[in-house]
Amino acid sequence: MTVMDWEIVIGLETHAQLSTASKLFSGASTAFGAAPNTQASAVDLALPGVLPVVNRGAVERAIRFGLAAGGRVHMRSVFARKNYFYPDLPKGYQISQYEQPIVTGGAITIRVDDLEQQVRLTRAHLEEDAGKSLHEDFHGRSGIDLNRAGTPLLEIVSEPDMRSAAQAVAYARALHALVRWIDICDGNMQEGSFRCDANVSVRARGCNELGTRCEIKNLNSFRFLERAIVYEARRQIELIEDGGRVQQQTRLYDPERDETRVMRSKEDAQDYRYFPDPDLLPLVLSEAWIEEVRARLPELPQARRQRFVRELGLPEYDAGVLTASREIADYFEALARALPHQAKLCANWVMGELSARLNREELDIVRSPVDSAALAGLLARVADGTMSGKLAREVFEAMWAGEGSADRIIEARGLRQISDSAELERIVSGVLESNAAQVAEVRAGKEKAFNFLVGQAMKASKGQANPAQVSEILKRRLR
Amino acid sequence: MINATLAELSQALRARRVSSVELTELFLQRAQGANPALNAFITLDPARSLADAAAADRRIGAGQAGPLTGIPIAHKDIFCAKDWLTSCGSRMLSNFVAPYDAHVIERLREAGAVSLGKTNMDEFAMGSSTETSFYGPTRNPWDSAAVPGGSSGGSACAVAARLAPCATGTDTGGSIRQPAAHCGISGLKPTYGLVSRYGMVAFASSLDQGGPMAKSAEDLAILLNAMAGFDARDSTSLDRAGEDYTRALDSPLAGLRIGLPREYFGAGLDADVRRAVDAAVAQYRALGCEVVEVALPNTALSIPVYYVLAPAEASSNLARYDGVRYGYRAPDYADLREMYMKTRAQGFGEEVKRRILIGTYVLSHGYYDAYYLKAQKIRRLIARDFAQAFERCDLIMGPTAPSVAFDLGAKSSDPVQMYLSDIYTISVNLAGLPGLTIPCGFGSHGRPVGLQMVGNYFQEARMLNAAHQYQRATDWHLRMPEQYQ
Repeated sequence: MTVMDWEIVIGLETHAQLSTASKLFSGASTAFGAAPNTQASAVDLALPGVLPVVNRGAVERAIRFGLAAGGRVHMRSVFARKNYFYPDLPKGYQISQYEQPIVTGGAITIRVDDLEQQVRLTRAHLEEDAGKSLHEDFHGRSGIDLNRAGTPLLEIVSEPDMRSAAQAVAYARALHALVRWIDICDGNMQEGSFRCDANVSVRARGCNELGTRCEIKNLNSFRFLERAIVYEARRQIELIEDGGRVQQQTRLYDPERDETRVMRSKEDAQDYRYFPDPDLLPLVLSEAWIEEVRARLPELPQARRQRFVRELGLPEYDAGVLTASREIADYFEALARALPHQAKLCANWVMGELSARLNREELDIVRSPVDSAALAGLLARVADGTMSGKLAREVFEAMWAGEGSADRIIEARGLRQISDSAELERIVSGVLESNAAQVAEVRAGKEKAFNFLVGQAMKASKGQANPAQVSEILKRRLR
Repeated sequence: MINATLAELSQALRARRVSSVELTELFLQRAQGANPALNAFITLDPARSLADAAAADRRIGAGQAGPLTGIPIAHKDIFCAKDWLTSCGSRMLSNFVAPYDAHVIERLREAGAVSLGKTNMDEFAMGSSTETSFYGPTRNPWDSAAVPGGSSGGSACAVAARLAPCATGTDTGGSIRQPAAHCGISGLKPTYGLVSRYGMVAFASSLDQGGPMAKSAEDLAILLNAMAGFDARDSTSLDRAGEDYTRALDSPLAGLRIGLPREYFGAGLDADVRRAVDAAVAQYRALGCEVVEVALPNTALSIPVYYVLAPAEASSNLARYDGVRYGYRAPDYADLREMYMKTRAQGFGEEVKRRILIGTYVLSHGYYDAYYLKAQKIRRLIARDFAQAFERCDLIMGPTAPSVAFDLGAKSSDPVQMYLSDIYTISVNLAGLPGLTIPCGFGSHGRPVGLQMVGNYFQEARMLNAAHQYQRATDWHLRMPEQYQ
């Protein structure tokens, strides 16, 4: 028997909570973390006689997404009712878009192992979230919190275009970055603002037909997404190799045991009895509104990345890292604008020192104690040779600690680089006098000894000597 | 006083010949006296009504009275009225005290009308006889052996027996017009979207429409002025300029083209009803109207179409009554599933359950196209029939119901016979058109006959004009059941 070569096929359904102040069909607040049932209006509670009114802000965000993803924004879409009974679903139906969604098509660009590829989108539609059932703390009863009921979601469905967990994660990350970039979702995964369902199937490589898929629900971190797919693909492959068949199922990922478990199978799939919601007229958009939204779209990550490469001469990799979020890109661009022709220096600092420091403190770049103007002040001193990179890092630490501007710290600590040649000649003389052995070695052609002498000169100057100048003087004197 | 028009009552109030408190006391007394026999009201709350009346009197005293200020009005128990039981005639909501006012109630309160109580109705407005109410049937004041029609039977009965000067109703397939006809009063179902559905317990959202019930067309016009208007809380509410529905009441009718659909005068129409309607048409001829025959070929399909679409919407609209948050919950259950099942089995009556089952069926996978989608297509054909008819006439006239009010229990075990009693009214809801009924005589057992009028969209003023001119020439609308004079 030959060992089969398997291909994994993945499609994602992502729920992005839209960042509106109020709900999709009511005026109640969408803020997270309020006391249970304090943010549920008569509409959210589904009292008799109440009616839904669609939130314009949510529709606008869906349009923004459609345009940003290069999809088709439909002038007419229809809200439908998805009927099922559950205690945290107050109306007994969820208002969603079914046959006629607001957005179809579009694509998300991902990069894995330096390979760029497009993941096509099937559709994106508006729908309301359900409430929450709380099974703990009630001793044999369940609590219902309807604060989340009616919260606007954009469900973004991809085509089954991904072939590895890494691609799926890259897609989820790119989508996450995009919805934050265009400011339609806060992307907070812990609070459930961005969550993915993964459809996973496997097939023999070369086979054109899709295998039977399983859907893994509610993956709320990139790590869980990756691990769940890896586990699920392996499970399916092992099952088939052992002579079994994959059953179409909805499964849940258990992070503690790192496995997926069956939640329900296709046989007990519900009949949702979708039909157009008669309380809501078809959602009709005007050309003018769509154009207005288009005009207000920010420069998109892809375009900005290309511009960073084209205009600033950054390597592709750097441009990619620096456009991971709009905030990082904005920070970098402000910095690079303040220091013309030093884009690479700026990129190195944002990706290196600054990112490391932010990560250590778990800070977002917009809350960095060293803003782009302050960092520009420091890098200007590196660029003009006032100080070495090593000293600059020391100054950066001081700036982070709130000691003031780069120039002020350099002044106060006397860190200015010594470039005065008379002074440097004096230092070099001292070094040559007290290191006769190494001087002899240099003359005998030993490069290592030369570096030692440079180091001694730097040490004698407490690191302030301009290393390039020191090296020049030494070379001349040892000739 | 009990037979006075709203205009006369308003005049008397403003002239301080009577106070709103006196007027309200008068009607409360009549309602309390008659209710054991008629069962027109589910809720009467004299203290609250009298407080409203006292407030109206102060407003009148301050010279800020409008045409409805101080006038008592009875509300169908389908409208949420803040702090009052809003049962919708169902055990399911038999403990539901509304925390807010429906838009219609709000508008009438703002106009200074005094809420007199909540009237009986078929459970969730599903029925044509007010027999499906959890609170027991309402009787027809003309003949206690007869039903008042439904679903707004309580409101129709209250106005007919002069227990209230006027009332609100809702009409999904004839629920204002048919009981108004059976009780000998006037009733109007406006164009869909003219009166906000906010706060009106939903039966079939695409068909439900609130409207006024009163003794005369003139009264209907005054009430519609207060009830109609855009409401941002109802997405199907029409945002259009307000109009004064009384403005055309006195226009002459000469030249008005009346269309008689031949399908409304064929088999199934009782002879006594036919005689009264024919006489009414003759009266219109005498008033200078031109009468033409028109065709509404899909009329017969309106019943099956309605009994697919209305239950489909109802099955979803009534899913919220699950015992979780409010309303009735079964006392004993082992788990969630059993709580749902027992709550809904005990909370809903037979007719409601029948329609939920029909609706669930027609929306089910594999049946949706054959039933729901097909019904939607025919619905458009029915609307097109009317559009074509209105190319040949200004108003359509015919009987409101095929017979006079039937006896209690006569049709309650035969749902199809019951459904057929709405044959002339249902297509109007499917098309979203305005429909009106006025009394035009009496048939067998001295039971009233209603003349139905259907107008094109937003033609309410024209219809009220035609009805008012008829009522100036006749006195059917002034007749009262002897027992309640």
